[in-house]
Amino acid sequence: MRQRTVEIVVGGFVLVGLGALLVLALQVSGLSPKSAESSYRVYANFNDIGGLSVRGQVSLAGVTIGRITDIQLDPETYQARVEMAINESVDIIPSDSSAIIRTAGLLGEKYIDVSVGADETYMKQGDTFYGTQSALNIERLISNFASGK
Amino acid sequence: MINRIALFGRGALDTLASLGRATEFLFRSLFAVPQIATGFPLLVKQLYAVGVLSLAIIVVSGLFIGMVLGLQGFNILSDYGSEQAIGQMVALTLVRELGPVVTALLFAGRAGSALTAEIGLMKATEQLSSMEMMGVDPLRRVIAPRFWAGFISMPLLAMIFSVVGIWGGMLVGVDWLGVFEGSYWANMQSSVDFGEDVVNGIIKSIVFGFVCTWIAVYQGYDSVPTSEGISSATTKTVVYSSLAVLGLDFILTAVMFGDI
Amino acid sequence: MTAQSAYIEIRDLVFSRGNRRIFDGLSLDIPRGKVTAIMGPSGTGKTTLLKLIGGQLKPDSGSILVDGHPVHKISRAALYTLRKRMGMLFQSGALFSDLSAFENVAFPLRVHTDLPEDMIRDVVLMKLEAVGLRGARDLMPSELSGGMTRRVALARSIVLDPELIMYDEPFTGQDPIAKGVLVEMIRQLNETMGLTSVLVSHDVPESLSICHYACIVSNGKVIGSGTADELRDNPSERVQQFLQGLPDGPVPFHYAAADIGDDLNVAARSGERS
Repeated sequence: MRQRTVEIVVGGFVLVGLGALLVLALQVSGLSPKSAESSYRVYANFNDIGGLSVRGQVSLAGVTIGRITDIQLDPETYQARVEMAINESVDIIPSDSSAIIRTAGLLGEKYIDVSVGADETYMKQGDTFYGTQSALNIERLISNFASGK
Repeated sequence: MINRIALFGRGALDTLASLGRATEFLFRSLFAVPQIATGFPLLVKQLYAVGVLSLAIIVVSGLFIGMVLGLQGFNILSDYGSEQAIGQMVALTLVRELGPVVTALLFAGRAGSALTAEIGLMKATEQLSSMEMMGVDPLRRVIAPRFWAGFISMPLLAMIFSVVGIWGGMLVGVDWLGVFEGSYWANMQSSVDFGEDVVNGIIKSIVFGFVCTWIAVYQGYDSVPTSEGISSATTKTVVYSSLAVLGLDFILTAVMFGDI
Repeated sequence: MTAQSAYIEIRDLVFSRGNRRIFDGLSLDIPRGKVTAIMGPSGTGKTTLLKLIGGQLKPDSGSILVDGHPVHKISRAALYTLRKRMGMLFQSGALFSDLSAFENVAFPLRVHTDLPEDMIRDVVLMKLEAVGLRGARDLMPSELSGGMTRRVALARSIVLDPELIMYDEPFTGQDPIAKGVLVEMIRQLNETMGLTSVLVSHDVPESLSICHYACIVSNGKVIGSGTADELRDNPSERVQQFLQGLPDGPVPFHYAAADIGDDLNVAARSGERS
């Protein structure tokens, strides 16, 4: 029947539309149920975060192991306190590891690189990185160089 | 001089009255909730006319726009040595802006004008009148299904447009210009946020779907039932819809992405 | 006729569209179970009168009672219920262009009744048979001729077995055979179903040949009424002009305008010359 053909085609149309939503969610925005389900929070204090932003990557040896979830100013120390969510599967970061802010490429995005320490205990929910290295501020570097310090 | 002021005032009042009628019309057709049993087949039929038949133009335009974005983006980004960010650029442009906006403009031209002409012609040939005389409310029977069909189709079409466009961008960027496929997707995924970008884009297209369909069915229903009347109503549908979409897009963008 | 037998009573009806007053104190009775013809020159608002009876337009003042219900005052829901008892044949037929002839006739049944599909089929085929178009059931409205369109529309307006049927210019633009068919059909429907029929037309011979009662409307008022014979004997010049189709008379040939001399600037030019 004609009506039935129309119904089938319309059903297909709605399905394709919802499929597009699924692609937008999973493939384009990288929303995956896996990363949302299990992670633990750790913190790091920086003197200067220089353009680091929420949702930035946290990586170890170049592998993405988590995301930055929050950045706030600590009113007592005047430092930036960065909260990040690390994937549950990566529960082997030594407690004396340090967090370094690096830039992807010359002008690329800022991300946090974890420099592995040697301690036998591992970081867990709520811990703070032992050592940090702030963003490399090219402008400040140049002015320091020019003034001969 | 006095005459001119009077003319201006009359024009303003006419515009106001027309807006009032359009709003009353909107409420009457929205709250004329159709019975599920009879209403659903009508809705399906209109989804076919409004949504499925617009699919071809949406897919083709999406593909070309995605390809153009890939090409232009590559040229600009390669000056800064960051071609790998092309995926991010294509995806953000499409999901936030071009997907909803271009889909709405194409929708107004393809489906909106057809809706206006169809309803206008039904009015001109007394089909709406005769339906009323049979004790059937044309707002419920004719207008409401068309309205809901447009409202449902628009976000679906916009999402399809974005996905096809992103694929088109990949076709140019990855397959032709040689950007690594991995960095195309990885850059995109690290910068596109589902809640911020995708959902806001969908909200935009829902608003556009509402406005475009409202304008189209109202212009048809309110048209002067002659051939000139229908042609001017069709023109008005396309012009008003386009202006409304572009104006609303600015407002929505300012509200959604403005406070970064 | 007595007041009791009137199906539609119109009293002191006033209706204007824009600045033009279309009905100015029109009063009319339409008797139950009879064919009443409302005749008048084009542009006197005959179609408007049908729309007023159907409640699609609201009068400025005056009252319209259909079977005792004041159509201009009752609620929307009550009006829609009342309309199920009315059928109307539009001038253009007004068939739904996206439905076949069969589906067009079935439309009121599907909307207003819960009849099973085979019953609907039987009723529709019976009605199409009554208008002689059972064989054309699968044609789309665009494939029907003008006369066939009107007959399908007629089948559609009687499919719910209404009490009242209104014909809007049923003969206009029809060839003589189609006219004859329609005249015969209107008469038969009235006799077999006992319908109250209102016929709006300016085709004098056809209308007078089937109506039991006729009235002539001009300038917003009824200028003459009665049976066909009474009308033919009516002494009014306006009635006679309309019935006999005289080009000039009380209804002027010219649309109201300023004096032609002024309009053509004759006075001004002759002034220049002298």
